[in-house]
Amino acid sequence: MNQAVGTSLAARLNRLVDFAPVLVALLLALLVSSVLLVALNADPLAAFGFMLEGAVGTENATAETLVKATPILFVGIGITIAFRGGMINIGGEGQMIAGALAGTTIALALGDARVPAEMAKAPGAFDLVIVASALGGGFLAGALYGGLAGFLKAYFGVNEILSTIMLNQIAVQMMNFLLNGLLLDPAVAGFNNIPKTARLVTAAQLPRLALPLGDPWVFARTRLHWGLVIAIALAVVIYIFLWRTSLGYRIRAVGENERAASYAGIHVKRQMMLAMFLAGGFAGLAGVVQVLGLQYRLQTDGSPAGFTAAAGFNGIVAALFGGLNPIGAIPASAFFGGLLVGAQKMQREIGVPASLITAVNGLIVVFVVSSEIFILQRSKRRVSLQETPLAPARASAKRADSPDPADEPTAEEAG
Amino acid sequence: MDLDDIFTASVFASAIRLATPYIFAALGETFAQRSGVLNLGVDGIMLMGAFGGFYAVHLAQTAGVMAEPLALLLGVLVALVVGGLMGLAMAFVSVTLQAKQGISGIGVYLFGLGLSELLFQQWVGTPKSVAGFPRISFPILTDIPILGEIFFHHNLLVYVAFALVPLSAFVLNRTTFGLMIRAVGQNPEAADAMGVSVTRVRYATTIIGGMLAGLAGASLSIALINLFQQNLTAGQGFIAVALVYFGGWRPLAVAAGAMLFSFVNALQLQIKVIGADIPSEFAVMAPYVITIVALVFATKRQEQPTALTKPYERGE
Repeated sequence: MNQAVGTSLAARLNRLVDFAPVLVALLLALLVSSVLLVALNADPLAAFGFMLEGAVGTENATAETLVKATPILFVGIGITIAFRGGMINIGGEGQMIAGALAGTTIALALGDARVPAEMAKAPGAFDLVIVASALGGGFLAGALYGGLAGFLKAYFGVNEILSTIMLNQIAVQMMNFLLNGLLLDPAVAGFNNIPKTARLVTAAQLPRLALPLGDPWVFARTRLHWGLVIAIALAVVIYIFLWRTSLGYRIRAVGENERAASYAGIHVKRQMMLAMFLAGGFAGLAGVVQVLGLQYRLQTDGSPAGFTAAAGFNGIVAALFGGLNPIGAIPASAFFGGLLVGAQKMQREIGVPASLITAVNGLIVVFVVSSEIFILQRSKRRVSLQETPLAPARASAKRADSPDPADEPTAEEAG
Repeated sequence: MDLDDIFTASVFASAIRLATPYIFAALGETFAQRSGVLNLGVDGIMLMGAFGGFYAVHLAQTAGVMAEPLALLLGVLVALVVGGLMGLAMAFVSVTLQAKQGISGIGVYLFGLGLSELLFQQWVGTPKSVAGFPRISFPILTDIPILGEIFFHHNLLVYVAFALVPLSAFVLNRTTFGLMIRAVGQNPEAADAMGVSVTRVRYATTIIGGMLAGLAGASLSIALINLFQQNLTAGQGFIAVALVYFGGWRPLAVAAGAMLFSFVNALQLQIKVIGADIPSEFAVMAPYVITIVALVFATKRQEQPTALTKPYERGE
């Protein structure tokens, strides 16, 4: 009994330590960006102050932070699955576009079919069939696009990093082609406008989200939408999937050690494809939710990140920052959403370009993966401790009741 | 539409010019990967090199303190140094700290993308052009019909890039340093046992790779396009990494891949120019589709360096 309590405490401590590199990375990134700001003749404290104010200073700022965080969280959940399965998915951008294209097409078509023209702009309308089909279609399109890279990796040995980067470029061009042609809003055809689709009927839109915490409700006058709730719910689902189901276990086993997984009878190729399929699906959801919840039409300025606003890349950063844990990705995404929104305020107030955030994101990635070595060395020490003659009984007793083979908490640490 | 309108001498000439940044970056990446380091940050390093080179030339030319060739040389030097420093950082992260290379490279990319844009906006502001490397006219040779335009009317960096191809092949295949690189990438334990410092070799190749990536960036900003703007490279560094796989880690094949890719690109531009009946989006897409298809066939055929992306740790 005591043993079990100790174990779960140790496991919990251990999980906390998993996030240690993240905190170290954050501090280092803060340090380096301060140096950068000083080099640019800006006062770091003022800059960070404006960023904080811009990110959470007002109700609307907080809502904008969460709005920015939503696609990052979707992508981040997907990237978490991919990385846990040993697949480095750089294709979030392309998969977002694939999902948005499919989801928007479905939403427009079903909107035409199910909603009479005079009801197109009816406020408060909501058609679950349209929204669910669009979300499902977006997921599937992104999943197939990501799955393609998984397939090429599994059966042709094509490095998934490279194929997903190529697929990103292809998706951007495909989007530009469709938005200038088949999907172009008939109302703007002929004008030299930003290429965009027609606007979704209200019934196809995700409703705005407000919390009954005051009068008027909190966030009632902001752009916050239900996409955030969907993303958070799915983060929990994927956490359970990865750590509490055998399919999730198989994906992680391939990621941990491909050869060992193969010897254990796991169909490695299938898990690779599944990991990329799911990762792509979540990026696809990110894309379609941007349309259904925020923009109400698919539009781009033609540049590579014109539609995605680089959420496909920022999702990678958030996934790493969340300790490759879907639950951890929730605060991580909120953090990066806040960085992006706050940086705009900083740029307005003291003229430091918001591209500082891209550089800082890069630093955070480098710092997080660099500090993993210290965790690794620590876990190696742990293993060697367990192998000493005095320890094995306790270690094995503990192992037996540990629900999670990946975490391997030890009694030595707790005591 | 006439085929003669598409396959013009100027298309071949521009294919050769467009290949320059790819050749620099991909050769550098070949060195790094042959020793076992996958540097995915090439694009970010290219951007930093492009900005560094551009800014040095821009400053020198606005101040007017030095002769034109010196200013350009300074630009190249700055690009090499900036690239080398970024390579050093990548080496520290992936060799000493043993970070996962695919991911840390993305970090380096984002860092270079953000920082080059930040410095550009802060120090330059609006896009400005510089007087870059001029095209060289050779006596007699440049005047040869067709061939003269294709081969003998380029800027200096084009020729440097193509000269580096056989040189790199020679270094990798025929010198002790090349042998050490290949040994470290193929079997680091054995190399270590023979007294080769795995760490030092990998630092060296990653720094060389960074310097060449920086030069690749400069070949855009002060020789090919002669300006800097946000995300100038637009992913060319990633293509360079793909070309290394495509070319099976051999400099000559890597350069051939770069030529093929640039040729498709030049064709695509030409198709746009003559207004052929192909949507321009598909033309832009074509090189990427071709790269994926090529990777499908190339990867099966080639053996990649055994220790690629695997950090080396001495056993007890």
